[in-house]
Amino acid sequence: MADRNADLRLENLTKRFGDFVAVDDLSLTVPNGSFFALLGPSGCGKTTTLRMVAGLEDPTDGRVLIGEDDITHLRPYKRPVNTVFQSYALFPHLTIFENVAFGLRRRGVKDYQQKTRDMLELVELGGYGDRKPGQLSGGQQQRVALGRALINEPGVLLLDEPLGALDLKLRRQMQIELKRIQTEIEVTFVHVTHDQEEAMTMADTIAVMNNGVIEQMGAPADLYENPVTTFVANFLGQSNLVRADVIDTAGGDVVVDCHGQKLRLAASRSHAAGRSAWLGVRPEKVFVAASEAEDHTGVNVLTGGRVTDVSFVGVSTQYLVATPWGQELMVFEQNTGRRPAFRNGDEVDLMWAPEHTFLLDADQDAHAGLMTPEDIE
Amino acid sequence: MSAAPVPAGPQPGSETARRRGWGWLLLVPGMLWLAVFFLFPTVQLVFTSLYDPSGSYEQGYAMTWHVANYVDAVRDTWNLFARSFLYAGIATGVCLALGYPLAYAIAFKAGRWRNVMLVLVIAPFFTSFLLRTLSWRTILSDQGPVTSFLQTISVLPDDGRLLATPVAVIAGLIYNFMPFMTLPLYASLSKVDYRLIEAAGDLYSSPFTGFRKVTFPLSLPGVVSGTLLTFIPACGDYINAELLGTPKQYMVGNRIQAAFLTEHNYPLAASLSLILMALVVLMVVVYVRRAGTEELV
Amino acid sequence: MATDTRLPVAGRSRPRRSGRTRTPVGRWLADHLVLFIGILVLVYMFVPIGYIFALSFNQPSGRSATAEFESFTWSNWTSICEPEGLCDSLRLSVAVSLTATVLATVLGTLMAFALVRHSFRGRAASNLLIFLPMATPEVVMGSSLLAMFVSVGLDGALGFVTIVIAHVLFCLSFVVVTVKARLAGMDARLEQAAMDLYANEWQTFRLVTLPLAMPGIVAAALLAFSLSFDDFIVTNFTAGQSVTFPIFVYGSKLKDFPAQLFVVGSIMFLVSFVFVVAGELWRRRRSIGLG
Ligand SMILES: Nc1ncnc2c1ncn2[C@@H]1O[C@H](COP(=O)(O)OP(=O)(O)OP(=O)(O)O)[C@@H](O)[C@H]1O
Ligand SMILES: [Mg+2]
Repeated sequence: MADRNADLRLENLTKRFGDFVAVDDLSLTVPNGSFFALLGPSGCGKTTTLRMVAGLEDPTDGRVLIGEDDITHLRPYKRPVNTVFQSYALFPHLTIFENVAFGLRRRGVKDYQQKTRDMLELVELGGYGDRKPGQLSGGQQQRVALGRALINEPGVLLLDEPLGALDLKLRRQMQIELKRIQTEIEVTFVHVTHDQEEAMTMADTIAVMNNGVIEQMGAPADLYENPVTTFVANFLGQSNLVRADVIDTAGGDVVVDCHGQKLRLAASRSHAAGRSAWLGVRPEKVFVAASEAEDHTGVNVLTGGRVTDVSFVGVSTQYLVATPWGQELMVFEQNTGRRPAFRNGDEVDLMWAPEHTFLLDADQDAHAGLMTPEDIE
Repeated sequence: MSAAPVPAGPQPGSETARRRGWGWLLLVPGMLWLAVFFLFPTVQLVFTSLYDPSGSYEQGYAMTWHVANYVDAVRDTWNLFARSFLYAGIATGVCLALGYPLAYAIAFKAGRWRNVMLVLVIAPFFTSFLLRTLSWRTILSDQGPVTSFLQTISVLPDDGRLLATPVAVIAGLIYNFMPFMTLPLYASLSKVDYRLIEAAGDLYSSPFTGFRKVTFPLSLPGVVSGTLLTFIPACGDYINAELLGTPKQYMVGNRIQAAFLTEHNYPLAASLSLILMALVVLMVVVYVRRAGTEELV
Repeated sequence: MATDTRLPVAGRSRPRRSGRTRTPVGRWLADHLVLFIGILVLVYMFVPIGYIFALSFNQPSGRSATAEFESFTWSNWTSICEPEGLCDSLRLSVAVSLTATVLATVLGTLMAFALVRHSFRGRAASNLLIFLPMATPEVVMGSSLLAMFVSVGLDGALGFVTIVIAHVLFCLSFVVVTVKARLAGMDARLEQAAMDLYANEWQTFRLVTLPLAMPGIVAAALLAFSLSFDDFIVTNFTAGQSVTFPIFVYGSKLKDFPAQLFVVGSIMFLVSFVFVVAGELWRRRRSIGLG
């Protein structure tokens, strides 16, 4: 059996269903003991990736390694990997105790009884051992699924949207619980989720997946602050993307021309290859100021805006500002109460720091990764 | 801003659930059984049906591709076919009319008596059907209670009978095949979410419209398999006609049985069998198409 | 999405309906009408059973017991085997049914597994071949089998073996359909979960697949047994000189009809009733919580 204290590596992993490429030449390394989140829209290949790691699906191409051991073609029961299925897949004919003890007994572990009891305590189901899965609530079943996998002390635990079926409150509670358990036992977690907030609060590393490929991978803050594709910029949080042309890359900074106005940013934040690009900034990073009223030194400014919509949402006010070229940009402003809110029709300038600016390749769809109305509950 | 829960990727029945490989070998023993003891005899039956009818069981038959056997069979027994399908059709209809309320009551109205009622549906099924049919013979006999009662209330004339009439034969068919109707109906009704029925009550003010638009369509698979499981054996049955009727009520099954077992007229029996089988399969296919259920079994 | 969880509840439909004028009695009747019809149908199903029970205590004056109830006696119940050949026929029927049930259940279950769990060319043809025997009237099946047995020179050897062959044939399709339904409703992820938890293929089958498929297999076996035990038409063609219980009953109707037949009928009912009730209790105890 492969060494359980080693990194999980996927090399050029590919899965085709007929002509359809579900996972496309995917390579990544999950450091041992880390909490890794796989985030992406429905159908992008997350489950397929996990199933290949678990051995439930044969890769068309590529390798799965734990440390130096190639486990690509190992049968599922020979891998130091366990899965928490999205629908839990608890055995309905076995008791909770038998469910949790299942893996240990298959491996012939002697004191499985004590270990199972300990695990039931850990997931706070001490008194439920004799029940059948159908007699538990959704959240309890979820904890059984978790305990059933964790008790095997796998090197890697795969969680396929384990919180998907829970209501919001229970979900938050389980998120904290999961994180606690993960830190306590130092197992590598690969966590698939739709919920970006969940991914950002829990994971050390997030990989954003789209159409079978990883668009970007990194620490949550890096991904958020410095997205490299329009898909990531839109899928994680919200972004304003405007057309710009690179006019100067001399020195450490990149200077761009945005509809006649000059803006600048650090070269490390520019991911555009050609001359033409998308310039991006997050709505909460933008400051609205009355036209010509503020000092512009050292900041990026777009002048000539006009407020077209104001919505008050309590902690903040959200503005839509029309630019001279007719695009509407979003601005979130904290309700600090330091000055009165703007009103529809007010002439304003938009300002933000160069270090909050990012530049993306122009040959991408500016709407990639945007939530369609059905996605928003 | 939580995204909606979406069922996890590959579903059961996907590539992994259904493996390619040597699994089809599991099918071989059963398929061999069907091929040797069903397909082969059926093919042989086709040949038998084309033998020269002038031969006999003792002297053997000559193969003369005598298609006229079919013509003769139809000419002599078309009324038996018509009667068989008529009786079986009526019996199936009444079984549906009686079995549906029963299945519906068990599924939705019986509460904690649900399993008890289900047991009661199955239980008579385990007592020899010949014995049950014979007791119907006694019950419906001229001196029996049902006949006397019907005569007393003048539904039947004083010299009227029940036994030896089409009514008795059809009643016997209904009785014997009722569980075949009720169980599939129950199976599909019990899968219907009762909240849907309540929702229908909310959306369509009349309960009947709700039933017609929601419950019935959802139970259609049960209706299809129930009617098939009733109609098919009823078409070929000859016991009810024999025990509860007279030769005037005989069905095609009686004729086939006699041709085979008493007359030993194999070419005739074979052509009758094949016509019956072909008609039944044809009706089943048309019916299943019309009912819109593709899954036959 | 998830509309099914937001359906209007029953309570809301009430006021609208009560807008119509209906007396409380009328409404109660309407609510329970279906139940009444259902119970009436059940009563109808039990009428002959009652007759069989009653006649099993009948002391017929003549030799034949099919007529009216004459006087009460226990003697039929204590002399079941008295009529010549009755118990032999029962023994043969039990032997035939058990053999046919085991064979049909094993073969049918294997077929169901193949059809649900494996993909191969010719699935549609296989399904058709499994369906056809169910669409074949029994007389046709019996007669074609007899014709075949005769043509291969088995007409002297008709008996146990040929009856079993025939019974397996008509039970097989029912077994396949019943087990298939159970397997198709089973979540393939349960087996994957077992594999993920260190169960190899055989352990997965033994610990997860088989126990989950068991209710379907047991139901199929019971169905096969009852179809086989009760069959007259096909058996009559394939039995030769052998006498199964249904053939015995059929033969008796022509001559004297021993009252002990009603005893056997009653016992069959009682035994099956006990079986079904016990099975139901067992199922209820085990399946508590089976989602
Ligand atoms: N067995 C299969 N046969 C054919 N296509 C498949 C199969 N399994 C998955 N796919 C396809 O592969 C793609 C990726 O599926 P996958 O289940 O990995 O998505 P996912 O990212 O987990 O989505 P979700 O978030 O909705 O669970 C989908 O478009 C899906 O339709
Ligand atoms: Mg998925």
